[in-house]
Amino acid sequence: MTASSEVRAPGAGREPDALDVAAIRADFPILDRTVRGGNPLIYLDSGATSQKPRQVLDAEREFYATRNAAAHRGAHLLGEEATDAYEGARAKVAAFLGGEAGEIVFTKSATESINLIAYAMSNAATAGPESARFAIGPGDEVLVTEMEHHANLVPWQQLCVRTGATLRWFPVTPEGRLDLSDIGALINPRTKLVAVTHQSNVTGTVPPVSQIAAAAHAVGALVVVDGAQSVPHRPVRVAELGADFLAFSGHKMLGPSGVGVLWARRELLEAMPPFIYGGSMIEVVRMEGSTFLPPPDRFEGGVPAAAQAVGLAAACDYLDRLGMANVAAHEEALTEHALAALAEIDGLRILGPLSTDQRGGAVSFVLDEIHPHDVGQVLDELGIAVRTGHHCAWPLHRALGAQASTRATFYVYNTHDEVEALADGIRQARKFFGVA
Amino acid sequence: MELGSMYQDIILDHYRRPMHAGLREPFDAEVHHVNPTCGDEVTLRVTLKDADGEAAVADVSYEALGCSISQASVSMMTELVIGKPVSEAMDVSAEFLALMQSRGEAEPDEDVLGDAVAFEGVSRYPARIKCALLGWMAWKDATARALTERGDASLESAAAADGGREQK
Repeated sequence: MTASSEVRAPGAGREPDALDVAAIRADFPILDRTVRGGNPLIYLDSGATSQKPRQVLDAEREFYATRNAAAHRGAHLLGEEATDAYEGARAKVAAFLGGEAGEIVFTKSATESINLIAYAMSNAATAGPESARFAIGPGDEVLVTEMEHHANLVPWQQLCVRTGATLRWFPVTPEGRLDLSDIGALINPRTKLVAVTHQSNVTGTVPPVSQIAAAAHAVGALVVVDGAQSVPHRPVRVAELGADFLAFSGHKMLGPSGVGVLWARRELLEAMPPFIYGGSMIEVVRMEGSTFLPPPDRFEGGVPAAAQAVGLAAACDYLDRLGMANVAAHEEALTEHALAALAEIDGLRILGPLSTDQRGGAVSFVLDEIHPHDVGQVLDELGIAVRTGHHCAWPLHRALGAQASTRATFYVYNTHDEVEALADGIRQARKFFGVA
Repeated sequence: MELGSMYQDIILDHYRRPMHAGLREPFDAEVHHVNPTCGDEVTLRVTLKDADGEAAVADVSYEALGCSISQASVSMMTELVIGKPVSEAMDVSAEFLALMQSRGEAEPDEDVLGDAVAFEGVSRYPARIKCALLGWMAWKDATARALTERGDASLESAAAADGGREQK
């Protein structure tokens, strides 16, 4: 994220948009919808799931219509074409990150990707000497943060329950940043793994991942980065990230639901035991025992979700054509606008940083005397889709002193007019509930 | 705005001035229920008494955090069950559940549901049904536990039949 020198007032001398949003919106059929009595849809919930351009819809449909077969199986032509499509998608996703195809494992989602690592570690106890570096037990520590989405918290918490390891965490400051003051104690020789978000889905905060990763590697710990809210929204290069593992989901980056990615350093994948067992991931199977394929296949049990992988590759193409730096610049402008517009509303508290410095496009807030669920209902009535609740980050909400919040998230198809509509809708909610 | 059918004045009244709020002693059972999708939560206590040989609701006390629908519903629930025999209160609960599942099609009976007929509008917004039911589920759960304490097996099984999900 670029540092922002000032927060501009809404509407005041904005630079030309980094994206041609009108042209982009024309690619998204769902944006033609009206909701709740004829209101145009104002979709501010891409942090939950993104809408899909017709290029992604067409790619998935085209696969089913012309090339559908079970990849990695069968000697027939369709099987070859399906395999090519699937492996081509893998290469496309790798290139999107600046990585290698052999480092890409297709999963169902970021949540499954992170569980894959956690279960590989608990499976390492019984998997043989080559997996020893992943074994974890009493006396070992897993370090997370209070800022995490449940997907990058609960699997580690439960890994500790399963193995007897100890869970520790970086706290969050009232401003919504990670509190690294105790990093010297929290990252120590007993630390086996550090898991941290690349961008908070609640506050938009971008923690100093490279700094944390360097400290983790210095003690020999593995580094897992949750990229669910970063990979879709700004340029991410795995060579610069410093992580050992990066997890993200297709459906949050214009791709289909049901496909996610685990990027991991090759030598780690080669030593990890599997998580999901079955067909496709085996080498030899006898009743008495089985051996397993090299990665990434070792971690892709079952018939591949080839159509979804093809859809994700089309999403990578779409984003590459826009340019991820442009996507990030567009979102930064919307976020800046939203932070300024919402700051002008009485009784509204934004959770997290108040500038776009090291802060991405999730704006969550609480309103005096009106519960988020009720705020969301009024906004819904106006056609504005936001998320209400704790957004799968319950400990973060407690740390920020909020029982629940209302969250708007921005993406390539959102406009400054929509930000204004959000602010206006919040004001209407205050009037409706007799607070203004 | 169409929302007036859901956010009727009576509902907003109960939200702003909830009836029987606060946690009181003595009590027979306490539960803590949450709505994981939105963070609504309620801690609720039930005290039973004997009325002509059957169990009756002496008091329901609670601490609740959440949206106007969930808060108003808990408040109205206490008005509807306190003082009634448990079996009759269970009937009211079933009537309310039916109203919430009616998708705006039901004609609620004001003699049975009192102020809670106002929730008919809520039933047209499926995302809010769990909000409206949170307090009732907590009450049924707490009552089932209180009946167990008393050894009242027949009513306990009726209470537990579609009683809520207890979260510690």
